[in-house]
Amino acid sequence: MTDLAISAAGLRKRYGAVAAVDGIDLAIRRGEIFGLLGPNGAGKTTTILMLLGLTDVTEGKIDIGGFDPMRDPLEVKRRVGYLPDSVGFYDNLTARQNLGYTARLAGFARADAGERIAASLARTGLAAVADHRVGTYSRGMRQRLGLAEVLMKGAEVAILDEPTSGLDPEATFELLDMIRGMKHDGTAVLISSHLLDRVQAVCDRVALFNEGHIVLEGTVPELAQRVLGGGYIYEVEAEPEGEVERVLAAVPGAQKVTRDGRAFRILAERDIRADLARAVVSSGASLLRLADMEPSLDTVYRHYFEGRAHGTA
Amino acid sequence: MARRSGSAFTGAGTVFLKEFADHLGGARVHVLEWLVILTGAGAVYTAIQDLKNTTGQDPFLFLRLFTQAREPLPSFVLVLDFLIPLIAIALAFDSVNGEFNRRTLSRLLAQPIYRDALLLGKFLSGLAAIAVALFTLWLLIMGLGLVTLGVPPSGEEVMRGLAFLVIAIAYGGVWLAVAMLCSVVFRSAATSALTALGIWLLVSVLWPQIVQFVSTEIYPPTVMQIVFGQPNPDQLMLQQSLSRLSPSTLFGESVLGILHPTTRALGLVFMSQLEGAVMGTPLPLSQSLLLVWPEVTGLVAAAIILFVITYVVFQRQEVRA
Repeated sequence: MTDLAISAAGLRKRYGAVAAVDGIDLAIRRGEIFGLLGPNGAGKTTTILMLLGLTDVTEGKIDIGGFDPMRDPLEVKRRVGYLPDSVGFYDNLTARQNLGYTARLAGFARADAGERIAASLARTGLAAVADHRVGTYSRGMRQRLGLAEVLMKGAEVAILDEPTSGLDPEATFELLDMIRGMKHDGTAVLISSHLLDRVQAVCDRVALFNEGHIVLEGTVPELAQRVLGGGYIYEVEAEPEGEVERVLAAVPGAQKVTRDGRAFRILAERDIRADLARAVVSSGASLLRLADMEPSLDTVYRHYFEGRAHGTA
Repeated sequence: MARRSGSAFTGAGTVFLKEFADHLGGARVHVLEWLVILTGAGAVYTAIQDLKNTTGQDPFLFLRLFTQAREPLPSFVLVLDFLIPLIAIALAFDSVNGEFNRRTLSRLLAQPIYRDALLLGKFLSGLAAIAVALFTLWLLIMGLGLVTLGVPPSGEEVMRGLAFLVIAIAYGGVWLAVAMLCSVVFRSAATSALTALGIWLLVSVLWPQIVQFVSTEIYPPTVMQIVFGQPNPDQLMLQQSLSRLSPSTLFGESVLGILHPTTRALGLVFMSQLEGAVMGTPLPLSQSLLLVWPEVTGLVAAAIILFVITYVVFQRQEVRA
């Protein structure tokens, strides 16, 4: 129990007759990176705002480090670092001054704040531009400055709302690396995103949001197991293609074969790579490629929502 | 509902200092300051020209610096009556929606402070900026008076001058609260500025005419009163009550009471009430203060009420984009 950084039970938020968040439960441990995924308007940001005490909870209980955001918002905010979606800073101030303002609001003593700011700017690679005005910063640098603010607070819980949206791949990679660093500090990190492959790269567990509910929760392989039925996905390219699809489908253990461009995608419940290769070769076709695909969150996600649309999931 | 813990004022000082520094360093304030100084200088200069001829006759020479007017220029007090709202609106029209549009609001509110602190810090910083500007102007005028008139101000003149300063700051506070309310209600800074300026135009320029029209409609003069050219006392009473809803009227009346020591009453006076009064003799400062006390209280109350409304609206607002 003491290991939990965030716990929420039966969380509900209604705007009039509409329920933005409709009864969700969360339990996030220290040193864990937890992903909140889902389409826009699924209730991710509302959930985050409730955790922070920035919006009223209609129903349910939240516990962050032993405090309730509705009763002790200041204690909660002292323990939680928040990087909002498309974070903004005062453009006419330098990075150091911006963080200085936050540090004073957070109530750090002057000397302490100076050290914290310098350390967090160094850690996010902004030390060289710390005294430049934020107006000159690129989007990636602003996101990093936002992360520096969370680091500076020394928060037990970091809540990052769409931290990588609008960033180029290089900047995304750097940012995710810093987020991994926070995990090593023992911080519980909550990431909300709709960029699935990026989230997959850092998250220990994910929760899939839809229409105010958590529809799936677990590690990425677990979700793949549950949604895709099997845990293994392979891609095969072979020539000539004529008989290949039938041959592949006939391999024991293969659950489903689909066409994906030039390749065939096979869903399997166990490791059947050798059987697949043997089947293709013995059918007389030449095997061009056989790849073991990591079950991607993207596939899980698409499969899940397709399934729902067809009413089969 | 459980009571929230912690002080509502945590962080208000930090917000105040940051905003105050922004105000003093900002280009906006410098532009306004020069506007006030230039218009004020014109008004005071003509006042000084007039006063040089009457130095020996007026016991409150320094106060005339503020109120003396010569066509076509208005008196300094009238200039302030117009410009203080303008400065206050310029300082505060984007105070809250500006944070929202810069996307700094949610980041700020995620810090361990209450929303109260943000509003209060911003309001007080605006008030302080107005106070600094007005006090500087006040010193400039007093200095100019010393140099050009060649007589030192009496103690009472200084006290009345300071009282005038306090009233002007309270007047600024009302408009600051109006502008802040607009900045909370409207998400667009332009809409907020236009609305605040619209309210200012309505209250300062159009209100007197509206009030006159409404009061005459409700209490039309009787035939006797028209024949003898007498006003209808009911109509005048209503007109005065309604016009006092405008902070501009309250400011004008209280300034009149403080800077013209001979003022014995604001508004309607019947002959019977003047029995025994020595017309034209100045009241002591304490009596003048008593005279304008309701007006000043009205100004302060208006500022507080508007601030509370702003606070309530802000509390209920969602911070999300």
